Amino acid sequence: MSIISTLEQITDRHHVYPFLVPAQAPKLDVSHNVLLYLEDITVSFDGFKAINNLNMYINDGELRCIIGPNGAGKTTMMDIITGKTQPDSGSAWFGQTINLLEMDEPAIAQAGIGRKFQKPTVFEELSVWENLELAMAGNRNVWSILNARLNSEQSAMLLETIELIGLQANTQMLAGRLSHGQKQWLEIGMLLMQKPRLLLVDEPVAGMTHQEMDRTAELLISLAGRHSVVVVEHDMDFVRNLAGKDRTVTVLHQGSVLSEGTMSKVQQDPKVVEVYLGE
Amino acid sequence: MRLLNILKNDRGGQIMMLVLLIMAILVPIFNLMVPENHPLHVPTYTVTLMGKYLTLALLAVAVDLVWGYLGILTLGHGAFFALGGYAMGMYLMRQIGDRGVYGNPELPDFMVFLDWKELPWFWQGFDQFWFAAIMIMLVPGLLAFIFGWLAFRSRVSGVYLSIITQAMTYALMLAFYRNEMGFGGNNGLTDFKDLVGFSLQEDTTRIALFVLSAVALAIGYLICRYLMNSRLGRVCIAVRDSESRARFMGYRVENVKLWIFVISAMLAGVAGALYVPQVGIINPNEFSPINSIEIVVWVAVGGRATLYGAVIGALLINYAKTYFTAELPEVWLFALGGIFVLVTLLLPKGVTGLIAGLKRHKEVPA
Repeated sequence: MSIISTLEQITDRHHVYPFLVPAQAPKLDVSHNVLLYLEDITVSFDGFKAINNLNMYINDGELRCIIGPNGAGKTTMMDIITGKTQPDSGSAWFGQTINLLEMDEPAIAQAGIGRKFQKPTVFEELSVWENLELAMAGNRNVWSILNARLNSEQSAMLLETIELIGLQANTQMLAGRLSHGQKQWLEIGMLLMQKPRLLLVDEPVAGMTHQEMDRTAELLISLAGRHSVVVVEHDMDFVRNLAGKDRTVTVLHQGSVLSEGTMSKVQQDPKVVEVYLGE
Repeated sequence: MRLLNILKNDRGGQIMMLVLLIMAILVPIFNLMVPENHPLHVPTYTVTLMGKYLTLALLAVAVDLVWGYLGILTLGHGAFFALGGYAMGMYLMRQIGDRGVYGNPELPDFMVFLDWKELPWFWQGFDQFWFAAIMIMLVPGLLAFIFGWLAFRSRVSGVYLSIITQAMTYALMLAFYRNEMGFGGNNGLTDFKDLVGFSLQEDTTRIALFVLSAVALAIGYLICRYLMNSRLGRVCIAVRDSESRARFMGYRVENVKLWIFVISAMLAGVAGALYVPQVGIINPNEFSPINSIEIVVWVAVGGRATLYGAVIGALLINYAKTYFTAELPEVWLFALGGIFVLVTLLLPKGVTGLIAGLKRHKEVPA
């Protein structure tokens, strides 16, 4: 190529260099009805394989329960999906266009994956209202949060969420003063404010009373459809309640899927019986 | 009106502003208009001392912003303070002109002494006040930006970050001790004559510096309060209390930390720049790690995450320091250590926490 034509190309004012194009997260594409793809994922910590060749697909709008004994890799799996841990191999895609392994935690959260931790982590020094306000979906860069003001639409949404989680009487209370169950709900409320497509819920009923458990199950079931919900739980009664007759349950064992299907099918699977009840 | 709104729910801030205003009016009157033998006369020495305290209070506010609200225990803020001070000192050195011992109109005395022939490049421009004024904010801000960008992006936090900040200020101290650096070595910069044409020996100049320090403290306080009243302030508290949760909520924690750190460093720089003309000297000792630790003690004594607590702590401890080092010099360091231990054990929320506690006690009779 002659120098002149190179120059012409460089100085062409309509030419947009790829590095100048703002990095834009591709749009979520769920045209195949699958929201989350985890394929052949392996993670090891000091030689111990926490996740071993894990394959899992979560459909759009599905409510999926994941059970498994301690050390089955449930929490590590969530760490991978939310960007906290990088797997040694395998791939994780959100829809068909978003590669989760290339993104960090804030980017994944903004793409629409919300996570609830095992231990309720709300911001104890902030009020219930402020906790929800911070979680609200919106622009997260420093300048816009400095100038952010609630508009009436956002206030209405906040009030709606507060009602849904039943904390109307505690709006101005510091989150640190809530009871354990209330904190769990507040955290679920905060997740909802993020408007995620996928909700990852880690042991939501740990330490709850039976009444609170039933309410939580109701809440999670009502969320499915609009959001995909993945629930990791130990409590079998709760999972049975949540999964009902036709929802899929996945059993993890030693970092890979041991069995998958409806609750009754999984319970009769001899492999599951062996792992849970011993030989 | 919007300015008043910033302090709407901040009782401590309101009282502080009122006290600052009264002092800024009364102190000049009692110094200039009341005759010297009158009991109400405030000597110029005291005015300068109070001005010095106010600059240190601004420094404490800057530290409270990053430590109290963001949870970054910085043990190197003295470096930003000293850099602001050096920028001011360089301007004051250039103002001396040919009145120095060697009478060189271009070069400060220490450069003539070192047999330097021309002004180093980084001293260029410091004969202009506007240039120095920009550098007072820019240099500390830039250092904080580079330091913070590296540290926060690699997620260094907690005690590791504190140690790195100590190392930063210590490294700067060693560098500034060297004559080849061109900042006067261990003698630092001193023998200042005047500031934008006003002699530093004049009472009126000293009064003006005192009032300026009060104004700087007020403005710095308002900036910090405005930031912390916004949603950004609540994000800061969120980051302080659960950094990973904030990250999973989609906040870029490192950017929040970086910008607050930079703003805080710039405030510290301004404080340093007002400190130097009042004490008349800046030397590498200001970088010493112990100074930065002392600032943290002021904030802890006053009470964290209140901003006005930092002001109270800085004033209390520095007054005590002046008193002890004059009356019982050998006791001071023990007293400082003792205060810190006692406050940590008995008053985890500092003096302001104590006051708030007493108030609540009164309101709710048992």
